[in-house]
Amino acid sequence: MTDSILFFFEVLVGGLLSGTMYSLVALGFVLIYKASSTFNFAQGAMVFFAVLSFCGFMEYGMPFAVAFFAVVLLMILVGLLTERLVLRPLMNQSEDTVLMATIGLGFVLEGLAQAKWGVEVRKLSLGVGDFPLPWIADNLKLFISALDITAGLVAFGMIALLTLLFKYTKIGLGLRAVADDPGAASSIGIPLKHIMLLVWSAAGVVALVAGMMWGARAGVQFALIELALKALPVLIIGGFSSIPGAIVGGLLVGAVEKILEVYIGPFFKGGIEAWAPYMLSILFLLYRPEGLFGEKIIRRV
Amino acid sequence: MKPVFMRYTKADIINFVVLLVIGFLVIPNVITNDYWYTSILIPWLCLTVAALGQNIVMGYTGQLSLGAAGFMCAGAYACYNIMLRIHGMPFLGALLLSGLIAACLGLIFGLPSLRIRGIYLMVATLASQFFIVWVIDKFGWFKNYDLSGATTFQKIYINGVAFTNGYMMYLLVAAIVVIIILLAINMARGATGRNWMAVRDMDIAAESMGVSLLKTKLQAFAINAFLCGIAGALYTYTYLKTVEPFAAFNISLSFKIMFMAIIGGLGTISGAFIGAAFILLFPVVLNVFGNNVFHGAIDATIISAIEQIVFGSLIIILMIYEPLGFSKLWETIKQKLSPKKSN
Repeated sequence: MTDSILFFFEVLVGGLLSGTMYSLVALGFVLIYKASSTFNFAQGAMVFFAVLSFCGFMEYGMPFAVAFFAVVLLMILVGLLTERLVLRPLMNQSEDTVLMATIGLGFVLEGLAQAKWGVEVRKLSLGVGDFPLPWIADNLKLFISALDITAGLVAFGMIALLTLLFKYTKIGLGLRAVADDPGAASSIGIPLKHIMLLVWSAAGVVALVAGMMWGARAGVQFALIELALKALPVLIIGGFSSIPGAIVGGLLVGAVEKILEVYIGPFFKGGIEAWAPYMLSILFLLYRPEGLFGEKIIRRV
Repeated sequence: MKPVFMRYTKADIINFVVLLVIGFLVIPNVITNDYWYTSILIPWLCLTVAALGQNIVMGYTGQLSLGAAGFMCAGAYACYNIMLRIHGMPFLGALLLSGLIAACLGLIFGLPSLRIRGIYLMVATLASQFFIVWVIDKFGWFKNYDLSGATTFQKIYINGVAFTNGYMMYLLVAAIVVIIILLAINMARGATGRNWMAVRDMDIAAESMGVSLLKTKLQAFAINAFLCGIAGALYTYTYLKTVEPFAAFNISLSFKIMFMAIIGGLGTISGAFIGAAFILLFPVVLNVFGNNVFHGAIDATIISAIEQIVFGSLIIILMIYEPLGFSKLWETIKQKLSPKKSN
């Protein structure tokens, strides 16, 4: 009896921890959506692009920190070019048009990354192991690796940082103003261009961190993009404009898909993880289309 | 006043006859190389049908959808199982039935469109993509318990005539495409098409004018799935022949079909042909170019990466400068070249 409960907890914790990885990807989407009401479909590709470049720089012999900052600079450049070449010409276009353009952007980034660095699977080591920590396994009977804990801490650290940024700084106030009404915000002197650049760069950094966590677990490879797609249901569940929503959504998706996979999967030869998040998001759409923490969507005629 | 026959102008009829002559007289007589039929013309026509379905739901009705490959998979395996399990089933009957089965799935997965739009809808349609392919892959019945995990599709016989070589299969696919295109043009130009576009341009206004959103949206999704189902069946029977569901009908096929609709031109019928041709032919041309100009110095990874960069940039450029895609560009060029008509 207690064994089965313990096993359930093990599955649950495993799911929650892998869910923080989804949260990290979703966070990048939320940042851009909050500041510009743009769905950046390319976020998954940015994750792939950032971490692949990171691995590439490391292979050139750069030390960890240098490679990290080089990629941060690279992502700022990507943000700059995106703002200049994609977003500015599409200002005041319909949401769907911008969304399709970001799908195009995603393909460009995937192509660029592969053209430069190739397609082979790379191993990424962050110095923290991805095996169950003996101390926790012995005392709590839960199998949690150092990487799980790192990913969780990093995720919560980033959320805290971004929440503080949005709530208590002048930049954050500007971001919220732009999100609310870009026209009014720019008329009172908030530099729209700088705000966009800032947000896209921040999303780039978030993408790099998310990519490093994923890469350390699953290897740096093209399949990351399909994993990153799962951030979309996470967003729907959590709400597109909510930073805590990205976290709760990620945890929920991670936990539900693991529980379904472990308890129901064996009856169907597994693979439930591939679609469970999307089905869960459909359920949410039927009952709570704005997500757990999102603002209610009101459409005016 | 132009002479009009059942909503078709003289120019339409001339275009149609010219295309029929090219498709059924010129191509079969000029092209003798089997490679052209089996590797270019057949997949092009099959994917055109899928791109047309995508265009109806996305271009005409304005509902973002990313599940074409799922419906194609459903259509392919519906056709396979009908042919396998019903003795003496004619292929064309099975094809029609598999389209209808896919259409039912389209109705179910189109339901979320009644409440949501944009990216929300796209995520909901992704569910159809992953779920349908998963069901077909995991339940052995669909694949007739083939232990290899792959399915080899039957050969096509119609009235005892074998459609097994490239030439015959091309004729079959082309004939089916002609029928589908005629139906699609009729729908797009009639009341159905006007309802789709009204919903796309402003759904609330459309509703207040008495257009039923429920009926219009679900109809578009059902027709999309019907066309994708038929396209999937034709694609597997005439082109792939042996299929592993997860490998053949993955998300990147859905993206490709979406790109065909966007690049060809949203809200146009001819766009499906142009888009499918571009997405299919560009890699072929790039490969030939890489082999002949650089003598194979560029490896396949780079070529496929270039392909992605070009498709992605094209989408961005088209979204900025010409949201109606290549087919609109073609119209503009034609207008610029033709002598000015006095009205």
